[in-house]
Amino acid sequence: MKIDRRSFLSLGAGATAGLAFSPLPWKLMDDSSIWTQNWPWVPVPTDGEASYVDTVCSLCPGGCGITIRKIDDRVVKAEKKDSDNANSGICILGLSSPQLLYSPSRIKTPLKKIEGKWVKISVKEAVAEIAEKLKDLRKDKLSHTLACISGSSSGTVPALFERFLKAYGSPNFITVPSVKDVYKLVFSLSLGSPYVPVFDIANSDFVVSFGTGLLDGWGNPAQAFKAHSILKDNKKKLIQIEARLSNTAAKADKWIPIKPGTEGVLALGMANIIIEKRLYLNKNILFDSVTEGFEEFKALVAKDYSVKAVAEITGVKQEDITALVEDFMKAQSPVALFGRGEGTIPGSLHEMMAVNFLNALAGNFNKAGGVHLLSDNSYINWTEPILDDTAYYGINKKRLDGAGDGKYFLAKHLLNRLPEVLNSSETSPINMLFVTDSNPFYTMADTKLVREAFEKIPFIVSFSSYMDETASMADIILPNHFFLERYQDVVATCGLKPAVGLSKPVVNPIFDTIHSGDAVIFIAKALGGTIAESFAWDDYKACLDETLEAKKDIMDKELFWVDESGVFNAFADAESSGKFEFINDKIRQTKPYTFVEAEGEKKQYPLTLIRFDSMRIASGYTANSPFMTKTVADTVIKENDIFVEINPKTAAEYNLTDGSKALLTTPKGKAQVRVHLYEGIMQGIISMPSGLGHSGYDNYLAGKGININELIGQIEDPASGFDAAWGIRAVLVRV
Amino acid sequence: MSETQKVSASDNKKKDAGGTTILFFLIGVAISLALGWIIFPKLLYSKKSQPIDFSHVVHSEAVGDCDSCHFFREDGTFSGAPTLAECIDCHEEAQGDTEDERIFVEEYVAQNKEVPWLIYSEQPDSVFFSHAAHVKKAKMSCESCHGEIGTSDALPIYEENRITGYSRNIWGKNIAGIKKHTWDRMKMNDCGECHEEEIGDKGSCFQCHK
Repeated sequence: MKIDRRSFLSLGAGATAGLAFSPLPWKLMDDSSIWTQNWPWVPVPTDGEASYVDTVCSLCPGGCGITIRKIDDRVVKAEKKDSDNANSGICILGLSSPQLLYSPSRIKTPLKKIEGKWVKISVKEAVAEIAEKLKDLRKDKLSHTLACISGSSSGTVPALFERFLKAYGSPNFITVPSVKDVYKLVFSLSLGSPYVPVFDIANSDFVVSFGTGLLDGWGNPAQAFKAHSILKDNKKKLIQIEARLSNTAAKADKWIPIKPGTEGVLALGMANIIIEKRLYLNKNILFDSVTEGFEEFKALVAKDYSVKAVAEITGVKQEDITALVEDFMKAQSPVALFGRGEGTIPGSLHEMMAVNFLNALAGNFNKAGGVHLLSDNSYINWTEPILDDTAYYGINKKRLDGAGDGKYFLAKHLLNRLPEVLNSSETSPINMLFVTDSNPFYTMADTKLVREAFEKIPFIVSFSSYMDETASMADIILPNHFFLERYQDVVATCGLKPAVGLSKPVVNPIFDTIHSGDAVIFIAKALGGTIAESFAWDDYKACLDETLEAKKDIMDKELFWVDESGVFNAFADAESSGKFEFINDKIRQTKPYTFVEAEGEKKQYPLTLIRFDSMRIASGYTANSPFMTKTVADTVIKENDIFVEINPKTAAEYNLTDGSKALLTTPKGKAQVRVHLYEGIMQGIISMPSGLGHSGYDNYLAGKGININELIGQIEDPASGFDAAWGIRAVLVRV
Repeated sequence: MSETQKVSASDNKKKDAGGTTILFFLIGVAISLALGWIIFPKLLYSKKSQPIDFSHVVHSEAVGDCDSCHFFREDGTFSGAPTLAECIDCHEEAQGDTEDERIFVEEYVAQNKEVPWLIYSEQPDSVFFSHAAHVKKAKMSCESCHGEIGTSDALPIYEENRITGYSRNIWGKNIAGIKKHTWDRMKMNDCGECHEEEIGDKGSCFQCHK
């Protein structure tokens, strides 16, 4: 037997053939495929026991009843609470709450800025340092130079901050305004009490919306979507009046494009036709007995708001206006909605009053399908804080924002006036600023001006849970728990009734954060004296339990306590004349009806830039989650480029094609953008979404697009003083 | 040497060479078969013991059926291997004087530490399996998939696949994947086989791989 090369080849061939008849290759193939699934960087959710906890979402003012699904101690999903009566619902932002809870941009511990760098400190150290600085200010009789910007005006936490400022001696508690503030003014002026309107859209048969983003995040988005679906199921009509084909307009029965800012003019024109044709008489309302100032109003609209004039100003055809009026007044339960987009910008008081006159003429207050009026009853019945001499001296100083005084007599808070006040004085009239539940450096218009103003403030304390734009400018951060980690009362509505919901901790705080309510109480205690005496509660939980009293048991069970007494019943309830007042002395004081025009010279800036709101982009204090940003179309944002919508005909005039890069210039700033040709926008108008272009937060959000507030300035509403800017003039040049 | 003799010697050489080739071929086959069938399974699996031993017989006599410890939670999910919360009622104090019982009480119960049980039927995370659908709805017995573990007096040795990290019970004891009982294997084809028999269809990918 001779062993040669051939023998080894044969051995190899035999071994190969043998392997094919053994399990080895097949088993190895199977095992290696499973092995690839177990690489350490492949994310695998941990297994555990599933449980469900009900709570109230406080990410937007909607206050929805939600259910959180947990696996062991980890939050994995947020869902709508399965209930018909607990304001249950959820939107894309609420769905994102697990991502926001575990977000990398959460602030994990109290921080102090030393030479421009963040250094970790303990809660105790932070509270002691803030208290020490506050004591120094008091010693110098400068207690009024403490100011606080609060994202909300309702609930116990803002009330604790307001109480703190009062006990400390400062009148400068300022809330971030929204359309709700103007709603209250509308009814304050016409019915004598600051009622909050709830529009019964589901039961209406004809809804005219003056730019209200029913499907774009307005009010309580989940309830607005639900009401819209019922309206559609009932085959009733929705007419959307605005310059851009928004989601709401696209789903409406008719979209009436209008020159932005002239919506109020259209409403007054419609009122004129209703009065002229005596259509209001069809509504069987004893008009003289329930209204006041009608004759004067009639003369006003007859003089300045003829259908011809209105058509010219608004760009809406005369026949469209007349047809709209006829349909509106023919309907059994028509309702006119006001409040632009999602309602984060307060807007023009006159515009909203004008639209509300249509509701008055249709006689739909507190009727099915109409406008229901809720009292802003407070359930917070604390004793007044104890004031020492310094506090008395401080609170009697004038408010820095001028609210409630002179030409701003109507407003309670005017945050938009603060930058101007700060910039007009050499040294900052504010020595210390608390910022809670808000991100004014991002959300306020004219970012550059705002930044210049706030940089003057020597000491800023932020209570933000996130490293947002405002927190990153602060000197000390006492990070709040995320809403899934804390107790808090949330003011909401259940159906058409006012209610208070209870947000409950779903998980223990995952970082070394502190409830803002606790933070205020601890700072007050550290200051001692009458301030500490005014905060006798051990902690926020004790304060909340005492405030809610017996309501808490109901809230524990049902999530919400419904205020059955909070519904306005008849016109006779009104504190003034007991009538709906079209014109009265107070209204006369707010100057003649005007509409707010965009800032900028038409010659230099031939286009008009407007902002639009979207359900997919959170534009308030809570910023977009990575999940939400993923849902935004690539005609809005592509990688880091933001798109400006422009009508193809306008685009042709400026030699712009779809996707081309352009330089957008407004009187307030410049930005490199891309162009999206969109037939759903009026000629001469361009639009951009609000809520993008963050510089704070994390890599999922920072640097994506442009913050429209950097390009838009503020326009002080001549009637109320609130910011009423809906847009700005602009020019777009291809680059 | 005549021409004929030359040819015949050359033939013999060729025959001899042919025989050697076949022999080597067969040796190659034999080595591979031995490697694949005998050595490979021994190398593939490492043997591990459970942290403590456990008798299913003793427990089922004391507390009842499988679902006394392996129960369905209120929301329908399956609890799997019991946690200390289930054991603690009886085992706060040692039951009996075995070494395993001492370790269990002293090292786990007293320290409130979960026993890191090695799970014989653990499937990869890419597999979704609902016990409720099989046990409650299809009324299958536990034995159909888990065999006679419920009547065992001691826990079997856990053989861990060195490549995948999963138990040998998934592929089955038989390296060729041949099974005698339904519980001998827990691979996808075994699921499919049963589904085909019972409902006439193997099902779609997304039913299990969500």
